[in-house]
Amino acid sequence: MSVRRLAPPEVQPAEFVFTPENAAWASQQIAKYPEGRQASAVIPLLWRAQAQAGGWLPQRAIEHVAGILGMNYIRVLEIATFYTMFALEPVGRFFVQLCGTTHCMVCGAHDLREALRGFVGPERTVSADGNFSWLEVECLGACCNAPMVQINDDYYEDLTPEILINLLKDLAAGRPVKPGPQQGRHAAEPAGGKLTSLTDPSLYDGSVVGAWRARFAQKD
Amino acid sequence: MPKLIVDGKEIEVPPEYTILQACEAAGAEIPRFCYHERLSIAGNCRMCLVEVQGGPPKPVASCAMGVRDLRPGPNGEPPVVFTKSPMVKKAREGVMEFLLVNHPLDCPICDQGGECDLQDQAMAYGVDSSRFHENKRAVEDKYIGPLVRTSMNRCIHCTRCVRFTNEVAGVGDLGAIGRGEDMEITTYLEHAMGSELQGNVIDLCPVGALTSKPYAFKARPWELIKTESVDVMDAVGSAIRIDTRGREVMRILPVVNEDVNEEWISDKTRFIWDGLKTQRLDRPYIRENGRLRAASWSEAFALIAAKVKATEPSRIGAIAGDLNAVEEIFALRQLMQALGSPNLDCRQDGAQLNPAFGRGSYLFNATIAGIEDADAVLLIGSNPRREAPVLNARIRKRWLAGNLPVAYVGEAMDLTYRAEQLGAGAQTLVDLANGAHGFVEVLRQAQRPLIIIGQGALARADGAAVLAAATRLAVDVGAVGDDWNGLSVLHTAAARVGALDVGFVPGEGGLSAQQMAAAGALDVVYLLGADEISIAPGAFVIYQGSHGDNGAHRADVILPGAAYPEKSGIYLNTEGRVQVADRASFPPGDAREDWAIIRALSDVLGHRLGYDNLGALREALVAEVPHMADRNQIAAGALELPAIAAAIAQMEPAPFASPVVDFYLTNPIARASAVMAECSALARGAVAQAAE
Repeated sequence: MSVRRLAPPEVQPAEFVFTPENAAWASQQIAKYPEGRQASAVIPLLWRAQAQAGGWLPQRAIEHVAGILGMNYIRVLEIATFYTMFALEPVGRFFVQLCGTTHCMVCGAHDLREALRGFVGPERTVSADGNFSWLEVECLGACCNAPMVQINDDYYEDLTPEILINLLKDLAAGRPVKPGPQQGRHAAEPAGGKLTSLTDPSLYDGSVVGAWRARFAQKD
Repeated sequence: MPKLIVDGKEIEVPPEYTILQACEAAGAEIPRFCYHERLSIAGNCRMCLVEVQGGPPKPVASCAMGVRDLRPGPNGEPPVVFTKSPMVKKAREGVMEFLLVNHPLDCPICDQGGECDLQDQAMAYGVDSSRFHENKRAVEDKYIGPLVRTSMNRCIHCTRCVRFTNEVAGVGDLGAIGRGEDMEITTYLEHAMGSELQGNVIDLCPVGALTSKPYAFKARPWELIKTESVDVMDAVGSAIRIDTRGREVMRILPVVNEDVNEEWISDKTRFIWDGLKTQRLDRPYIRENGRLRAASWSEAFALIAAKVKATEPSRIGAIAGDLNAVEEIFALRQLMQALGSPNLDCRQDGAQLNPAFGRGSYLFNATIAGIEDADAVLLIGSNPRREAPVLNARIRKRWLAGNLPVAYVGEAMDLTYRAEQLGAGAQTLVDLANGAHGFVEVLRQAQRPLIIIGQGALARADGAAVLAAATRLAVDVGAVGDDWNGLSVLHTAAARVGALDVGFVPGEGGLSAQQMAAAGALDVVYLLGADEISIAPGAFVIYQGSHGDNGAHRADVILPGAAYPEKSGIYLNTEGRVQVADRASFPPGDAREDWAIIRALSDVLGHRLGYDNLGALREALVAEVPHMADRNQIAAGALELPAIAAAIAQMEPAPFASPVVDFYLTNPIARASAVMAECSALARGAVAQAAE
């Protein structure tokens, strides 16, 4: 994570206003909170603004949301710069967030990073066709299925560089892709088709109850 | 009340106290950076850690934990707090080491050096070395306005400045963007802050991250001589400390005065000092052939004496300005009376305040501290944010405490708190006075309604009628009583209450300031620091004052006087509180203290005033106006209700407009200040934002 600033002026759109549907949705969100507490709706509104603006938050969107909620601009900027879920600079149509924290790193996130560098380009840069950009992020909480990436709203897990590149090619070509584990697993169960690795019968006959205490006693 | 034992000493404290406050009550010193008595609790610097028995088994941030959260011992013993235990010592050393990890070691070039909390506490509670060998964090300096200089490498993220602008100033300009190590204090896209109280963040900053831009690299605190004084930029009379080096005023800082300014001062008060060095009148001048030429005191006095002796007393008049101390106003009044002229006026703006209505008709009777007791506020023709920012902060403080309806009659304005505009002008006031407006019911329901009348409503031809209508409303809603008098006049001139108290108003058949200024009304006009009025051509104008401003440009003779830091004087603030300012510096060149000029002139005019020093003058003053002797006291003022009621009349429909159009340029000193000019231009949007 580095210092998060607004994107440079040359990439900022001149205007941002909610579409009528989003404006209606925003007023619903605001109505959830009591009078005088409208500012509580700031994160949903920013999130929706980010979706409308193509996956990132332009300066005008921050100001628009602040205007709707009657907040100072700086208060909304604080929130937008605090939460990494808000991208402050333009992203590709498919925004790849690569987990680089311990488990994914051990299981090969470095290779995925090199693959992304080769296929998409440098980090935080939108590819020439506008399809992709990528960012290395901290733990996304799918450690059992490391290494993984998040592309827009979905997780793609159990990756290898080849699988990832094919996935990106499919996405670019508009072919259907399956979110989740990519190597046959259904969820976070042990690899190899078994639903559990806890197969030792002694686990279930009561013989291990209190066994840890016995082990302690032996050590003393 | 909960009992606890602090360092072996048992004390009893109010239940709302935090551990930090309890420790202070017990006499233990707790270091802190983020905690500030007048701001909300943040608890993020961790410097105030203490050890408690009956609390969590780890050091506790004492600023953020209440004494009620402490558990008693198993047999009901009071909770025990240690502030000097080895655990506390180690915790403080650890916190200090972490704070210094990213803090630059640039104390020799830092303006905070010598008065820096971090420096002092590192000496007192830190260790002598660091185990951190990596590079320090580097942060870009931010532009946050022409008054506050930033050096953001030094910031320790206490967020006092953010809390101040949010809570006290009420503008919400500053914020902390980013998170963790990358957190940075800034304004939105580095716009200038928009508060009249922003200079206070300099005092609040415990390190050298926010320092005074005009004072940058000018002096070190230990070189300065500190003199406690009273501010004259507005009628609040904030307690200030004037720091001088030699004869030069280097800076102005606030002093704690709970009754008046707490510990805040406005930017005009704080940054006015560069105006004390420019446009000064340092020798007498005489106008010859349309041009002013330097002259000697005796020449100037001789010219005045010739003019005055050749003029009938009724064709002589005197107008007192806004920044004068009581002494010179009193001396000038005695001189004018000795000359036999009834033409005296201290109300150069034309405010229809009259001592005949009783002293209570021109005081802020509720008192500034009393604002916190008010439970409904009505502002009539006043914009306190521009006229008295510190007082406005007090209203905001009360408003933040909850259940305070605020409404105003006047032009639409942003007061930093929610206020309802009832109407723009006199018609709304008439409706209120007749009980025909909904807000009257709010005032009636209130136990302590506060009705503030500003000069925007009084400085009009129908000002007396406005005062009468407001008084009728106040009496009607029960604002004027024995234990609460909410009828309050907010002045804009520091000299006004004192001048009214010594009776510097037209005598029998005398002319008011506006009449004196009219063409052909007078032959000789004596302007005592009166710069906000223009005298029509024809009259011979004597200007006595400190700055070459409107009055000096019009003058035929200029007598150079002293500005407020250069003389000892009594000032009465808008409450009528008698405050004495000490002399911090000396007038430049041949300029003299104002009372001495009048005393010397009286001799030349053949009406020698009976005092040769300031002490004797004050004795004479007290003999006539006894409450002038009661320093820091407010003598309650009577309200002559029948006299006021007689002034009820038809009012003009024009809206009530605040007399302070440009907060930064209200007096001659401010108009001579380059800093104030820059602030004014910025406020008008004329300066490019990021022009550092």
